[in-house]
Amino acid sequence: MTQIKQTPTHCCSEVNNSNAYTLGPIEAGPPCCEPDPAIRVQNLTLSYGGQSALDNVSLDIYRGCITALIGPSGCGKTSFLSSINRLTDLIPNCTVTGKVEIENTDIHAADMDVQALRRRVGMIFQKPNPFPLSIRRNIQMPLREHGVKDRALLETKLQTALQDVGLWDEVKDRLDSSALSLSGGQQQRLCIARALALQPEILLMDEPCSALDPLSSAVVEDLILSLSGRYTVVIVTHNLAQARRIANYAGFFWAKERTGKLVEFGRCQQIFESPAHELTAAYVSGARG
Amino acid sequence: MSRSHVNKSHADDILRIALMSAAVLAVGVLLLILLFLVRESWPALQRIGLYRFVSDAGWHPLEGAFNLAPMLIATFAAALGAILIAGPIGIASAVFGRFYAPPVIAETFRRMVALLAGIPSVVFGLWGLTVLVPIIAKWQPPGASLLAGMLILAFMVLPTVALTADAALKAVPKQYLHGANALGISQAGLIFNVAIPAARSGLIGGILLATARALGETMAVLMVAGNVVQVPNSLFDPVRVLTANIALEMAYATTEHRSALFVSGLALMLLVVGLAAMAGKLGGRLHG
Repeated sequence: MTQIKQTPTHCCSEVNNSNAYTLGPIEAGPPCCEPDPAIRVQNLTLSYGGQSALDNVSLDIYRGCITALIGPSGCGKTSFLSSINRLTDLIPNCTVTGKVEIENTDIHAADMDVQALRRRVGMIFQKPNPFPLSIRRNIQMPLREHGVKDRALLETKLQTALQDVGLWDEVKDRLDSSALSLSGGQQQRLCIARALALQPEILLMDEPCSALDPLSSAVVEDLILSLSGRYTVVIVTHNLAQARRIANYAGFFWAKERTGKLVEFGRCQQIFESPAHELTAAYVSGARG
Repeated sequence: MSRSHVNKSHADDILRIALMSAAVLAVGVLLLILLFLVRESWPALQRIGLYRFVSDAGWHPLEGAFNLAPMLIATFAAALGAILIAGPIGIASAVFGRFYAPPVIAETFRRMVALLAGIPSVVFGLWGLTVLVPIIAKWQPPGASLLAGMLILAFMVLPTVALTADAALKAVPKQYLHGANALGISQAGLIFNVAIPAARSGLIGGILLATARALGETMAVLMVAGNVVQVPNSLFDPVRVLTANIALEMAYATTEHRSALFVSGLALMLLVVGLAAMAGKLGGRLHG
């Protein structure tokens, strides 16, 4: 618990600048300065048809902060992410044990509404995946599916979501053209807008920049940074420099005999500058991985 | 250049020529058939003229009346009816197989549909004649009717629709489905708002292909539709479709009558090839 008592670094300076936040409910606040877990994961173990992919992972993810999950390929980072919004339910032969609590609610409880859960926990994928529909329908269709019927409200939400990701000025004149006509970076920002339009509390991002060119990647990275404080962001990234630039907390995963384990978790600065575990030290310095 | 190298390139040449001949033959047959149809229908096109094929007093080829319109209408009506029945059922069954059925049932279902596609059309005709027609006759005599033709055609093209729809839905990129699931969209919302729009060109292609098949089908329709040359006033009127007309009359047709039958064959072929080409283009766009 020592790292929790440390003076937080960059997130608080942004919190004071209240104009920076136009998204999400203000009252939920960005209490990143006093870490308060939004997600509590206890003894999470995940296996695919008998092959264990993730072993006994426990960690707290703090509300309003950006938590980066780093580690080599195949160490269970994506599996971990998918078990937070129960996307693992859709994988045949995938079994998950352990406890995941979001705001003190067990997501594996029998009466859990999975669709409502996934509305609260948005997910951004490695490859931008806008639907083959118009830009407008990409944002509005999920809203309609979640019961927003009022046309004026749908239009407002469309504009707000696109403005929040800085896409509005680029696409406002062609909202009815196909989302697939956008560039890769624009598509990814559209996907983020699509998730934000549902007003989630948590955003899971699975290497959101890895399929983008450097310029688009920088734009998306700035966008993610701007989400800090308003949303609880969990981001998987292979880009260590990126993790270091944007994350408040970092978790380092390592696979042993194809089974992923959480080796170390702590403040981003601590993980990169004074890692407690020698594997972490080797990985972040580039000696292993 | 080593000897083996020479031999090898020689073998390559032979293979290339053999394969090319096969390809030329395949395309050549299509062109030859088209040429043959045009040649055989030419006398009728010249002496009777296109206009009389839709304006003559009726189809009395021995008395020089060559109105094909009633049979054209019957052909379109039967095909349209078949598609209206088989289209929704075929697509619905594919959606069930892809999104609701457990894998074992879905796979069994696919195999059975593929088997259905392999049943010879004359067997469909026999079944229609002995089962379907008597049932309709009990309800609205005479039984052999446009409705019987539509139903039998619907059964025959159902596998085409179901299998192409299944392939089109299978080709919908998984990332769309994952994206929809991650947004908490219901299964129904995912199907209607994501999967079907994404598979649309493949679905339409399948419908066109099925339409082409329904237009060109002869034997089963001939056995159940009653074969009276008339514009149907109701679903229960017996009708004769173009293909059945050719099959029924070719044996004794001579001169202009014979040539007129070739005209109807040419019209059918152009229609079916056109539809199939459109279907192929749509299917190609799906995968491209």
